[in-house]
Amino acid sequence: MARAAVLGRLNWQLGSVAELVQETPRVSSLVLDLPEWPGHLAGQHVDVRLTADDGYQAERSYSIASAPEDRRLAITVERLDDGEVSPYLVGEVQTGDKIELRGPIGGYFVWRGNDDRPLFLVAGGSGVVPLMAMIRHRAAIKSTTPTRLLYSSRSQEDIIYRAELDALSAAEDSLTVAHCLTRKQPPGWRGYARRIDRAMLEEVAWPKEQNPIAFVCGPTPLVEGVASLLVDMGFDAASIKTERFGPTGG
Amino acid sequence: MSFISRGFRGKRRDTASSSRVPPGQYVVNDFPVLSAGPTPRVALSEWTFVVEGEIDQPKKWTWEEFRKLPAEEVTKDIHCVTKWTKLDTVWSGVSIDTILDGVETAAEYVMAFSYGGYTTNLPLEDLTGGKAWVAYEFDGQPLHPEHGGPARLLVPHLYFWKSAKWVRGLRLVNEDQPGFWESNGYNMYGDPWREQRYWGD
Repeated sequence: MARAAVLGRLNWQLGSVAELVQETPRVSSLVLDLPEWPGHLAGQHVDVRLTADDGYQAERSYSIASAPEDRRLAITVERLDDGEVSPYLVGEVQTGDKIELRGPIGGYFVWRGNDDRPLFLVAGGSGVVPLMAMIRHRAAIKSTTPTRLLYSSRSQEDIIYRAELDALSAAEDSLTVAHCLTRKQPPGWRGYARRIDRAMLEEVAWPKEQNPIAFVCGPTPLVEGVASLLVDMGFDAASIKTERFGPTGG
Repeated sequence: MSFISRGFRGKRRDTASSSRVPPGQYVVNDFPVLSAGPTPRVALSEWTFVVEGEIDQPKKWTWEEFRKLPAEEVTKDIHCVTKWTKLDTVWSGVSIDTILDGVETAAEYVMAFSYGGYTTNLPLEDLTGGKAWVAYEFDGQPLHPEHGGPARLLVPHLYFWKSAKWVRGLRLVNEDQPGFWESNGYNMYGDPWREQRYWGD
């Protein structure tokens, strides 16, 4: 195909693990040195391929967590105990190990930062990862695009990037972060203490008159529920972009 | 195999099904949902299915008319580009051979289009000859909207993004133009056995 020839193949490349960051008890970020990385857009993902010594291979997709401007590429992985790839990436991998991957992949669930529309980001669990790439990109380019993140986690200790989100939202009036904790709340918790519902979205989302763009990423029930409520609230369906991270995977 | 992931063993699958799993895929038992935006709401009273484009007489069915077309039940393995494969899925619907019965066209390609604006491109010959259906039941039940109901295209020999959810019609075209995912980094053809996931694969 002529098109393929022009665009070229996404070749497998080897990165070495420069740093491991434990984000929560079950989630780690792998920060990679990738000499041949072509660059990416905030929201894109990579395919990771693991190879056993007898040639057996397993592949999975992971969202990129780092901003395009960051010196190194980071992916953030949630360990699924019955998974195949995530228990290796979160548990087995050590600094200095090599990881084979290709990317960047996906041209739709991306935010380029060249658009004035207010951003409404909704995350469930590790669905925050591609949204964090957008928030980091926004900070790196000093964008003042009005941005709100509504982020649902099971408990406070499950909040990924908590300190960084606190710091970024404290430093920049145009970014606000609202947390909800669905299973367990610490004493004195002032955020939401229930699953995302319409009343919560009406409090946190930009009014439809401001023509916001929404990115929603998380497990399927959250994504389906939030996208459907936003349509009910009058959001333009074409301005709601969704991505899934369900229990399937690993 | 030049590179080995230090310490990786993996979960081996049983050999009986491994010949049915394309490279880079793994078997799931649930049915994951993937879509790029909100699930469109399509009332059956307003649903229609059309065949248009390079055809003398465009064809159109209402839901009632469509459900009167001869139906088939098929059991197929399906392969999603996000790496999951689901074996032995059971669908009911109408063969594209039935839908295109009597149609004469010089077109070699098809753009499938959906409620909600989704599109995907396929060669016509990949839809005919007992290879593709418009399915409205999964596992004996009406197809759930999250999985593409009221009706979705079913083209199980290609990656599953080609099996357009919420399908509204087929446009017969002379040139292969990229659909939604094909414009966003995914392969024009999408053969799972050749691992044609992305541009250039």
